This record gives sequence, C-alpha cells and structure tokens, in this order.
Amino acid sequence: MTQETTDLKNAIEVKNLDFYYGKFKGLKGINLNIAENKVTAFIGPSGCGKSTLLRTFNRMYDLYPGQKAVGEINLYGENILEEGRDLNLLRSKVGMVFQKPTPFPMTIYDNIAFGVKLYERLNKSEMDERVEWALNKAALWGEVKDKLGQSGLSLSGGQQQRLCIARGVAVKPSVLLLDEPTSALDPISTGKVEELVNELKNDYTIAIVTHNMQQAARVSDFTAFMYLGELMEFNSTSQIFLKPNRKETEDYITGRFG
Amino acid sequence: MNTSIYKSRKRKNTIGLFFSVFAMGLGMFVLLWILFVLLSKGFAAFDLNFFMQSTPAAGSEGGGMANAIVGSLMMVVSCTLISTPVGVLAGIFLAEYGDRSKIAGVTRFVTDIMLSAPSIVIGLFVYAIVVAQVKHFSGWAGTIALSLLAVPVILKTTENMLRLVPSTLREAAYALGTPKWKVSLSIILRAAKSGVITGVLLAVARVSGETAPLLFTALNNQFFSADMSKPMSNLPVVIYQFALSPYENWVNLAWGGALLITLTVLGLNILARVFFREKS
Repeated sequence: MTQETTDLKNAIEVKNLDFYYGKFKGLKGINLNIAENKVTAFIGPSGCGKSTLLRTFNRMYDLYPGQKAVGEINLYGENILEEGRDLNLLRSKVGMVFQKPTPFPMTIYDNIAFGVKLYERLNKSEMDERVEWALNKAALWGEVKDKLGQSGLSLSGGQQQRLCIARGVAVKPSVLLLDEPTSALDPISTGKVEELVNELKNDYTIAIVTHNMQQAARVSDFTAFMYLGELMEFNSTSQIFLKPNRKETEDYITGRFG
Repeated sequence: MNTSIYKSRKRKNTIGLFFSVFAMGLGMFVLLWILFVLLSKGFAAFDLNFFMQSTPAAGSEGGGMANAIVGSLMMVVSCTLISTPVGVLAGIFLAEYGDRSKIAGVTRFVTDIMLSAPSIVIGLFVYAIVVAQVKHFSGWAGTIALSLLAVPVILKTTENMLRLVPSTLREAAYALGTPKWKVSLSIILRAAKSGVITGVLLAVARVSGETAPLLFTALNNQFFSADMSKPMSNLPVVIYQFALSPYENWVNLAWGGALLITLTVLGLNILARVFFREKS
C-alpha cells in the first residue's frame, strides 16, 4: 500500500496505531508513512478519524484525559508516543494550524514573536527579520507590514488564518499539520492558503486534513482515504483520484456517499 | 372562527403586560426616589469642608469627612491590591489546573459559601482572629475583612471568564510548544482580560459600601489617621454612626457620605461596563 513513498525519505512513520476516546476506538491499526517535503492529504467522511490521526502527530490529544494512542509514531526515527517525551519540544517541531483562525489576543507582531521567543533568544533586529520572513512565507507581509502593532484580531478571517500559518512557520518546525485550514474561509482566501501550501512544501513536510476533494487533488502529493477509523487506501494523489483500488474510495471521491 | 380564543389570549396578554409594567414602574419609582432623596440631601452637604476637614466632635459645628474618605480609600485600595492577585491566581487554578480535581471542587464549594455569607459574619471572624488577638481595632483588620469579601467575587468571575475562552485558542497556544503556565498567563488570561478586570471592579464596588465587616475591625477614628495599624475612620461606619445621631451637621455629613459612596459605586460600575464592552 505504501510502495509509492518507499524511495522518499519519511518524516513520519505510523505503525499499528490505535486510538481510544475512553472506550471508543477512534483509529484502528493505522499504518502509513508521511514523506518529507511532500503534502499528504487526509480525506474521508466526518467522524472517520482523519483529524484524530492528525492530532496524534503532535500529541494534542494529551490535553484531554481519557484519550490515548497505542502503537508507534516515529518522527524522524523517534517514537513520539513513548512515555516521558517532552511534549512542548515535540510541538515546537510539529506545528499545527486549526480549522478556525485562532490569533492570540496581542499585536500582529507579537503573534509571530510569541512562539519564536519560547525556543530562541533573538535580538530586536533578528526578531524583526524573523517576523517579516514568516509573514512573507504566509503571503501576508504586504497586507500587514504597516500595521504590525495592531491587534491580530483586527484582521479579516482569511488574514487571521494566514497569520496563524505564519505563526506556525515562524518557529521553523519540521512538520506542519493543517486541520481543515480553509473550511472557515471564503474562496479567495482559500485560494491563497492553497498557494501557500504549495510554496511551503519546499521547506516543510505538510499533512492536511480536508473535506474538500478538489482541494486534496490540487495541493497534495499523497492522499489517504479514511473511513470509520480505518485507513482504506493510501497512495499518490493522482492514483487515488484517477484509479482508486477500492470501491469505497471511488464512491467517496465521486460523491456517492459521505 | 377562533376569535374568542384570540380575544382571550389578547386579554391575558394585556393583563400580563400590565402587571410586568407595574412591577417595573414600582422598582424604578423606588430607585429614583432613593436617588432623588440622596442627591438632594447629599449634594447639600458637599462643600470644601466636606473634603478637607475631619469629622466633628459631638456638639461642635461644621466639620467634614476627610478622615473617613482617606481611611476608606486606603482600606479599599489595599484590599484591591491583596485580593486581586489572590482571586485571579485562584481562578486560574480552578479553570486551568484543578479543573475536576477534588481540591478544586472543595475550593468552588467554599467560594460559593463565602459569596453568600453575611458580611457581618466575616467581620466577626476577623474580629476573633485579628482584633481580639492584637487587642485593638486597626485599618489592617478592616482590609483583611474586605479582602475576604472581595476574593470570592474575583475568583468566581475569573474562573467563569477563563472558561469562556474557546478551547481552540488554548490548543493553538499548546500547538506552538508553549508551557502550561505561559498558556494560562500570556494567552488565556490575556484573552479574558476585560472580563477579569470587570470582576475586580465589581468586587471593589461591592466592598466599598460594606459597613458590617468594618464595624468590628477598623471601627472608627474621630481624627485624621493614615496609620493602618490603628483604628481607622471610614465612610460606611461614619455614615452609620452619624445618621443615627441627634446632631444636624452629623446627619448632613452622613447624607454626603452616602452620596459619595453611591457615586463611587456608580462610577466603578460604569467603568466595568466600558471595560467589558471593549472585549466585543
């Protein structure tokens, strides 16, 4: 199933991953590899476990008692599910952007600088550079360069989401997780974010959850189709969309269910 | 065809409306009456002496409320400085750390009791543990009593305001690798800032008019004193004593003091609304 990625370097390798919400098993025996500097998309009907899977990569589920993952998730060879992992350090390497824009209640500049300050000691001019660099990466610099002192909450929804992407990029993680990053955005902002994903994959490994099949087809190199907590099919995006191996995959992407 | 049902419903509506408007009118009438009496009698007492002179001795002419104003101000300010950090930090603990733990449950329960405890009980408590021990009334004892009243209010509002912060913001902060204490202080508390400040202001407004807890703790001081370790004059107790006195100038001063407190509380409430509106 994963032959397509074998000749690529893997950023993340998932082995026999089960996930539990209390007693409910949300993920069942997931095996897949996420290739470095590629975009891997996760599609599937609501409740299929794609967000759950994404949230295991930075162990976001750890915030909630009763949720647990069993199995192996190797991030560059290190199993992040092991006991005693420094989760803050892990999350500084695996960034995440959420469905709804979540700017912090501070200035645009500080929104970016906040995360950087956690793990790096930069002087003023280095920080200025980093902020500009991150905002440029997120294609937002031109729109906000004259109002860096304004609140991040004053931006439009699409700008806020790009601010959140800039914030995630600024700390220079190796992997970027995008959990339905455009579902709350209008088509123009969505287009901008998609362009961004294409740009960003030169430097980052990206995993994106999306409900939008066209989006998966447009931005991703690999696509995983999930259903009822299982990984149904995982292959190169062109393969999944043109010649899926399984009937369920074909039905889903042609809109016959889900 | 159903005109009779329609008519009876309309009649019921009119009756209901009449009673609710009447109840509202009654409430407004009483409130405006109080305000009118307070304003007319209180403003008459306001002059330069009211703010510059200390409370007069029994039977002597003139005098003002300077000692009581300064005493109240010092005690309320110290109370704010003490109860704000305690209340806010405890609120953070309940919302972010304790959550469903046993100690958080106990804290919440005790807080609810403290919120509804009669303030005179708090006064007696501080009398027993502070005043009776050091053998004299003091401004500090008054401050402690006021703080015991303010902390539960601040704690409760802080917890509620922090809980209103969407969990997505919390997750976004953690997703950057932010340590928990920093998420709580730099992100969550900041997001809830206006609500927390509103809670502090309302707590201050509440304690600044309290008489009972000061009666047993700060008592009163006829002379001007800025020494918190001595008995301290304060507006509520002076009003209480002067209003009951037979001297006309005392009674007038009491009206002025009552108006001053009312205006202060009104000001604090307006300020709280302004802060809370900034949020949205």
